[in-house]
Amino acid sequence: MSGADRFLRTTAGVAVARREIPALPVAELADAVVTACDGGLRVAAWFGVPRPSGVELVAVLADDARAGIALARATLTGPAFPSRAAACPQLHLFERELAEQFGLVAEGHPAPAPVRSQPPLVASAAGAPAPALPGTGELYRVEGQEVHEVGVGPVHAGVIEPGHFRFQCHGEQVFHLEIRLGYQHRGVERALIGGPDRRTIHYLETAAGDTTIGHATAGCELIEALAGTAAPPRGAALRAIALELERLANHTGDLGALAGDVGYLPTASFCGRIRGDFLNLSAELCGSRFGRGLVRPGGSGFDLEPARRERLRAGLDRTFTDARSAIELLWESSSVMERFETTGVVPREDALALGLVGPAARASGVDRDLRRDHPAGAYRDRPVAVATAPSGDVHARARVRWLEMEHALAFLHATLAALPEGEVRVPVGRLAPESLAVSLVEGWRGEICHVALTDRAGRFARYKIVDPSFHNWSGLARALRGGQISDFPLCNKSFNLSYCGHDL
Amino acid sequence: MIRLLRARLHQGHRTFAYPDGPPPPLPDRFRGRPLLAPERCRDGCRDCVEVCPTEAISLSPAIAIDLGRCLFCAECAAACPEGAITWGGDHRLAVRRREELQVSAERELALATALDERLRRLFGRSLKLRQVSAGGCNACEADVNVLSTLAWDIGRFGIRIVASPRHADGLIVTGPVSENMRLALRKTYDAVAPPKIVIAIGACAIAGGPYLGHPEVAGGAGAVVPVDLWVPGCPPHPLTMLDGMLRLLGRLESAGESR
Repeated sequence: MSGADRFLRTTAGVAVARREIPALPVAELADAVVTACDGGLRVAAWFGVPRPSGVELVAVLADDARAGIALARATLTGPAFPSRAAACPQLHLFERELAEQFGLVAEGHPAPAPVRSQPPLVASAAGAPAPALPGTGELYRVEGQEVHEVGVGPVHAGVIEPGHFRFQCHGEQVFHLEIRLGYQHRGVERALIGGPDRRTIHYLETAAGDTTIGHATAGCELIEALAGTAAPPRGAALRAIALELERLANHTGDLGALAGDVGYLPTASFCGRIRGDFLNLSAELCGSRFGRGLVRPGGSGFDLEPARRERLRAGLDRTFTDARSAIELLWESSSVMERFETTGVVPREDALALGLVGPAARASGVDRDLRRDHPAGAYRDRPVAVATAPSGDVHARARVRWLEMEHALAFLHATLAALPEGEVRVPVGRLAPESLAVSLVEGWRGEICHVALTDRAGRFARYKIVDPSFHNWSGLARALRGGQISDFPLCNKSFNLSYCGHDL
Repeated sequence: MIRLLRARLHQGHRTFAYPDGPPPPLPDRFRGRPLLAPERCRDGCRDCVEVCPTEAISLSPAIAIDLGRCLFCAECAAACPEGAITWGGDHRLAVRRREELQVSAERELALATALDERLRRLFGRSLKLRQVSAGGCNACEADVNVLSTLAWDIGRFGIRIVASPRHADGLIVTGPVSENMRLALRKTYDAVAPPKIVIAIGACAIAGGPYLGHPEVAGGAGAVVPVDLWVPGCPPHPLTMLDGMLRLLGRLESAGESR
């Protein structure tokens, strides 16, 4: 019997009753997850739900080939659960998180360590001593007379969020990079329990503020699924337009930053401005450069009347022409290519094993994009071409971003030309009680997975957010292995991961 | 090389004329300073208070908004049946003292005044700032970064973001100051040589933003370090940030009010 048979098969964006989800013994669930991942599924979320009798473990696996998801659960009453991270590396951070959020032990975990240095998620574990600050305590260490250690952060040199990086080096060569995060922890998941309420949308919009549209869309699709409604076609199209504008702005910024890190100033300085021009297009839509207020449960907070649509189209063409002129300089500059190529390689098999998502996965030849594999909203009718590159290096991660910008432009023009008529927002009723729903959104960094479980009153008993960065920080550590420490800024920029989206 | 030169010609000169010329245009849906009409409030109506996510609105004696807490989501304006709250397009919002962000129809926003003469002599033509994100969502951080791009080019005013607190004259703080960053922020502040200034940017750094009241955060920069300039918004527009900084340095009075 294959592991996948133990799961309830459903799709993202559909609510299911909690009791319909197969309940397995804990060890069997862990084994079933490993078997299913060996069979081509991957872990979208693996987390705990507080229960009066202990912790309910929930596994959410993505089946990209069948546009489906697979669900199973187990009830844990003891203080420990069996780790399967050694057999299935993509589980490693989920298990550490589970241990930290519920005061559990991941038995047999190869590298147990704090994830965010956060207090336990539920009050029942209160009274426990405050967790030590991130980056303190025991860190992985390489011993040897000529081995030295370099510590960076939490406060970095640039205008960037805090995190701690500890390198184990031999001369220039990096043996190992340990990444310790949690400095940005502000209690998002804890505060979402008991919702939805008037703060819910703001937690979603600021889970990772550079991905306001992505996270808000994931959250609203989830709320709509649990309420048994859907955004009207016009509202869904406006959200998709905003999501692609967010992608254009951030990819432009990343390509400019990559140019800056190899000292190629023309593209760096042009892109810094052009990114702002894309942000201004989002502001044209909703008044906010980051898309605040645009995505709301039931649809879109703003409409796009004809004159505004024409301004948007003209602005898009003008800005994209600037972007093309700035970015295409990269590919023909041999000094840039020399630094991009073969730097920070993540081989395809490692990307698969670590469960990488988004441009970072696609740059390692992993053909994975939720807009095609699990389409929702406007992407159902208008699939987006998926960009991949085989080499897994900084160049591939840059190249994939540029190709995605071209695909986003085509999607935007097609959607703007055929914007559905009708209302942009519908009322959303009460959420179904004792239910679970999953939403999957391809944000500019990759897979955004939100999972909500409701209680008997239809309030959130648990709200799980998996930012793409949660999967991909391990990819950055992998990219540095055997590389040079002086390549770290370039590698880091080529992933450009979120600290606050990870720390929540 | 030819393509590089062509690209350079195509991109042209894009630095804004502001503050000598007009500021860059803001979109019509931009939510700047709110306009209050307390005479329209119905007795006993609390619709705006009920929808506000950060308890920024008070009704006694008359409607007032704490712009330090405000997320500029405009839910209050949408909820008000009488149109007592509307959102204007004025980007100028920065103030010198926290309590000045409490605005009502009676009490207009007292825009930031300049530093005293001694500090203006020190920083007026050269202000080096270190940015510390302490629980920020990367929106404020991103738009602080924008100020250094060639469109805004704060280097024109002698303002620069520097890599180390040892090189800095002050800090820009973003985020609600997570408990996990409290010590790092304090140490960074201590590492700046006096005299020094602190600029709190965004609703989080002023009062905690959406995380107001969370035990995981200190509730803003003011809980950890003394603040000299408060810039509201979620996130503030770069123009709002620049306006505040230029006022702090006393560089806007002579340039005149262009809006």
